[in-house]
Amino acid sequence: MADMKVYFDHNATTPLHPEVKKEMIAGMEMFGNPSSMHAYGREARANIEDARRKVADFIGAKENEIIFVGSGSEANNTVLSLFVCSSSQCIPGSRRGTIITTKIEHPCVLETSECLAHQGVRVKYLNVDRYGKIDLDQLAGMLGDDVGLVSVMMANNEIGTLQDIDAITKMVHESGAYMHTDAVQAVGKVPVDVRKLGVDFLTISAHKIYGPKGVGALFVKQGIPYCPLIRGGHQERGRRAGTENTLGILGMGRAVEMRMIEMPEEEERLLLLKQALRKGIEESIDDIYFNGHPTDALASTLNVSFTGVEGEAILLYLDLEGIAVSTGSACASGSLDPSHVLLATGVDAELAHGSIRFSMGRETSMQEVEYLLNVLPPIIKRIRNMSTAYIKGGLHATSR
Amino acid sequence: MLQAGEWAYSEKLKEHFMNPKNILQGENTDDFDGVGMEGNLQCGDQMMVVIKVDKAKEIITDCQWKTYGCASAIASTSVLSEMVKGMTLDDAFHISPKEVALELGGLPDHKIHCSVLGDKALRAAINNYYTRNGQEDKVKQEQAKVICQCMNITDHDIEDAVLEGARTYFELQERTKCGTVCGQCKEESEALLEKYKHIHFGA
Repeated sequence: MADMKVYFDHNATTPLHPEVKKEMIAGMEMFGNPSSMHAYGREARANIEDARRKVADFIGAKENEIIFVGSGSEANNTVLSLFVCSSSQCIPGSRRGTIITTKIEHPCVLETSECLAHQGVRVKYLNVDRYGKIDLDQLAGMLGDDVGLVSVMMANNEIGTLQDIDAITKMVHESGAYMHTDAVQAVGKVPVDVRKLGVDFLTISAHKIYGPKGVGALFVKQGIPYCPLIRGGHQERGRRAGTENTLGILGMGRAVEMRMIEMPEEEERLLLLKQALRKGIEESIDDIYFNGHPTDALASTLNVSFTGVEGEAILLYLDLEGIAVSTGSACASGSLDPSHVLLATGVDAELAHGSIRFSMGRETSMQEVEYLLNVLPPIIKRIRNMSTAYIKGGLHATSR
Repeated sequence: MLQAGEWAYSEKLKEHFMNPKNILQGENTDDFDGVGMEGNLQCGDQMMVVIKVDKAKEIITDCQWKTYGCASAIASTSVLSEMVKGMTLDDAFHISPKEVALELGGLPDHKIHCSVLGDKALRAAINNYYTRNGQEDKVKQEQAKVICQCMNITDHDIEDAVLEGARTYFELQERTKCGTVCGQCKEESEALLEKYKHIHFGA
């Protein structure tokens, strides 16, 4: 068994912050329905509104602009689904029937977009360059008076590339469309201020920032047309039905509060770790490629392609050594295609199958990076030794 | 609360993944009597199988391999290389992916397609042996038969679709476009769908 357990998969999810855990344990017996007028209800209500204030403060929003939801995916589904509502109150859906998004969004945006396309919505997909940045000229060419919504993720979950959301939002607003950004991977890692960005909708998830799973928030700018995805209750001022996840919301509030304190000094430390990891891999392993933007990217995320090696094999050999990572390989996901994000950046399918994402967090230490750097090179060597890709003709064998 | 479960794989598969048997060392295949390679790197799976043959008895005396692929691809080639040693060429030629999967203690459904290349590469190696030894008459081609004339879909395409997850006629059509034009091949395609489901998944 491995003597060390190291978690390099923070973009998938994060452990609870000890302070969040404390807060949630303290709140565990609070069971009142926040909609009730009695003391039990008022206690739950007070805690939800307190969390709402913290989340709003964290991203520079007003409290009434924050809707608590069940996940980042739900928030993204809600925003995109505004466009198929044929109610006369839903202005975006009625006149401007085109949505623009990118080829590197999270599946919850891409699959919802595909579904909307089947319902008659026109969906256009922006390309990205080799670093994962969208092309603003292409966006300018797509924008027009038929476009109702543009949805561009702020930080990519696989490669960490950051988009220039403020510049994009300006262009989108000039054309008269609304702007949404899926900021699930950005909030809590880089400063996010909805006023500076100018966006109309913004998605946050708690479990990516050391909060609990099953809770997220959607920022909807005041005055922007809105239509709930989940109906049938007055909760969240009629914008999201269902009895509130009081405990989850409580945890989310504490999580953003802790981010406010810890985030500012964390980025520099993570950058040093990332540089050490990058340099260490470069020096010890041949035939590798780094994915994502070299500078305009999350400090916590490093995505590497190893030629001639399939990612699931790397992931499982690392798992045996106590190291947790994720891969863009098809084999690990149960689908047959490798990472759509890497393919969109122009990475060859073979390299995409051999990609590994290392994502670090608040507890990642230099010692852990060093442990990884000790373990990884022999694993790659071992897999390459048994790989056809490293023999003559391996690249040009008969196709299936 | 439960502790972390085991991998999605059997213990035997895990053992073969952790300690693969009979890996071909280096690039040289000159010492071997037959060489076969299947798959490609773009799809994420490629396997090479090399065999040594006792020519008098037509028995496989050694089998080595290289694999580019995931854990189940590595383990299935490893276990296959153990299975065929001592087998006649004819018996080895007829090993099915299902037998390999059984030997491994089963494979998750979505991993079956990762393991079918090993036996294909083995058949290619056996055919290669026959060709080198002037026994072309014994070379058995895996001739594909066109089932859907409109879309030019063969029985091999249907088998691949099943291995990749198609379980209903609708899913088969989604993957292959089989029978989406005139529809005359529906009965035959459905029969093949059932056949391959049975062969590979015992369904």
